[in-house]
Amino acid sequence: MSRIFRRLRRILPGERSESDDEAWSATSETSSGAARTDGGVVSDSSTRGGTVDRLTGAVDDRLGQDFVESLPFWLPAFLLVGLFVYGAIFWNLLISLTDYEGFAQAPNYGNLDFEMYVRAATDSGAVTAAVNTVILLLAFTLATLALGLALAILIDRGIRFENTFRTIYLLPMSLSFVVTAQFWLWMYNYNNGVVNILLGTFGVGPIDWIGNQQIVLWAVIFALMWQFSGYAMVVYLAGLRAIPTEHYEAAKVDGASTLKMYWRVIVPQLKSATIGAAVVLMVFALKAFDFLYSLNANYRPPNGADILATKMVREAYSNQNWAYGAALAIILFAMALSVIGPYLAYQFRRGNL
Amino acid sequence: MSTETGGGIGNVDPYRVGLYAVLVGMAAFYLTPIESGLVTSFKTNTAVVETAPFAPPGGSGLTTEKWQAAVDALLRGMGNSLLYAVPATILSAFFGSITAYGLTITNWRMRYKAPLLALFVAGIFIPYQAVLVPLSQFWAQIAPLEEWLSFLWAAGINNDYVGILELIVTHVAYGIPICTILFRSYYKNISTEMVESARLDGATLRRVYRRIVFPLSTPMFAVVLIYQFTQIWNDLLFTLILVATESSAAAPVVLILAGLGQSLEGQDFGLRMAGAFFAALPTLAVYIMFGEEFAEGVAT
Repeated sequence: MSRIFRRLRRILPGERSESDDEAWSATSETSSGAARTDGGVVSDSSTRGGTVDRLTGAVDDRLGQDFVESLPFWLPAFLLVGLFVYGAIFWNLLISLTDYEGFAQAPNYGNLDFEMYVRAATDSGAVTAAVNTVILLLAFTLATLALGLALAILIDRGIRFENTFRTIYLLPMSLSFVVTAQFWLWMYNYNNGVVNILLGTFGVGPIDWIGNQQIVLWAVIFALMWQFSGYAMVVYLAGLRAIPTEHYEAAKVDGASTLKMYWRVIVPQLKSATIGAAVVLMVFALKAFDFLYSLNANYRPPNGADILATKMVREAYSNQNWAYGAALAIILFAMALSVIGPYLAYQFRRGNL
Repeated sequence: MSTETGGGIGNVDPYRVGLYAVLVGMAAFYLTPIESGLVTSFKTNTAVVETAPFAPPGGSGLTTEKWQAAVDALLRGMGNSLLYAVPATILSAFFGSITAYGLTITNWRMRYKAPLLALFVAGIFIPYQAVLVPLSQFWAQIAPLEEWLSFLWAAGINNDYVGILELIVTHVAYGIPICTILFRSYYKNISTEMVESARLDGATLRRVYRRIVFPLSTPMFAVVLIYQFTQIWNDLLFTLILVATESSAAAPVVLILAGLGQSLEGQDFGLRMAGAFFAALPTLAVYIMFGEEFAEGVAT
């Protein structure tokens, strides 16, 4: 029965949204309210009202044989992710409540308290790391989005060699943090680095970018922006390409200047691209551990650029303060969750889940 | 598109000239760190100090010594990296594909699938620090591969390689979420006519996957494999936790590179740059050959 209904639904108009392939990065402005199917299955709460859908829903409520038959396909992955991601996070939470440290075989789960969180709140190093994490998150994300948007708009203006420019701008993204850290360590070198030599021609400097605690975080943010702005560009480019050309033309007819057209007409339509890119960039920022570690090749990043991610690893793996490291990890996780949670809710509302 | 760019020398549009100037300037911004790294990798220590960082080495300043040293130091690491990056890439892509299939093309209700998918999506964004301590505990206590595989060490295999096995499983587990979501966004848009009729003809889900869905997924497999290979090859954190020391026989290339060219006397930038390029060769090659697929992977 249900198959027949599914086939029926397939013939009905407005079935598939055209732009789902971009759903995770951009577009799909056109489809937010439209009925959609996932290989013939109702996927969106907003479509549940239709008669046909309700009927299929009733039939499928018995979780037809497909459920059992599909288990082998997704259950192994589900168990792996459940164990390694969600099980591990829960376990980490438990460990953070113990006072596990040193080379003991296992944590003692008999006496759980929030001592490690109190310690984090009173540890000035941890507070600084948390503040640095927030600065890194916000400054890096905003700067990278702005640069990525500018590049996307420039590239989208019908230029020659578009592919070449795009390839060059995205190139750093293919390199690992460890490699880019080597490059920027050399760029920022006090005596012979490109940055100081260029500044020197304007009579500025030289500046000790890595050694000066006041500016090292900004130097790191700039280097990370170099690495990831190509990513923001790619996402924005997909978003720009999804905007119908009529919108540009209408704005022109209305006599809007180019700047005004982008600011008033085009940029507002890039909302979902911005949100998607921002979330991913923040995750990259949280992972900047690799970059900071490589600047010194030990567990201690340059003074002034300590973030929660580096402090957590140092406390756990260099100082053997396992429980304290686990507590810092939970704080970092809570920060990530405050970004991911709303993002997931947003995607769910748009029917992308 | 070409109407504006097609003009000859006679009608140069100052606006277009400005546009290209900015684009070329930005290209210089992205290429300068890479270019100055490349020229530095071919300089002697004296030339590194005496010439501008972006100037090519001249005459006696030119040397391949740094590259030889870097290859010597990193070659073993390259092999180790391949040893886990290749299996972990293939396995995570395969798991991602069948998981996305099981959660997308099959016909059980989306009301139950959506929370499952949300778990996978959230998994992409987890900062790995949040799982590190339990991960170490897991490999030390729950799955002590070092003990389980003691017959291998007895047979003469270096037991440092236990870290490689742990890296494979770990990278597969943490790669599944992104692979699943990449495949899912692809499967949502493939036509299900054939799947439907095959199902009506009584084909099992496994047969449908093997005969229809898997062959249709080839383009997405390219994207996912490229994306995953780059991610796994480039990752430092897990190698640092699971292999731990750069002197280990199983040390991956990123781990060795992170400490390359550092000593108490200062940093050997020629060696560091040569090492950085050598370590980046595999992902650079993949990027240059499959740029489109790479862009598609990161944009999704």
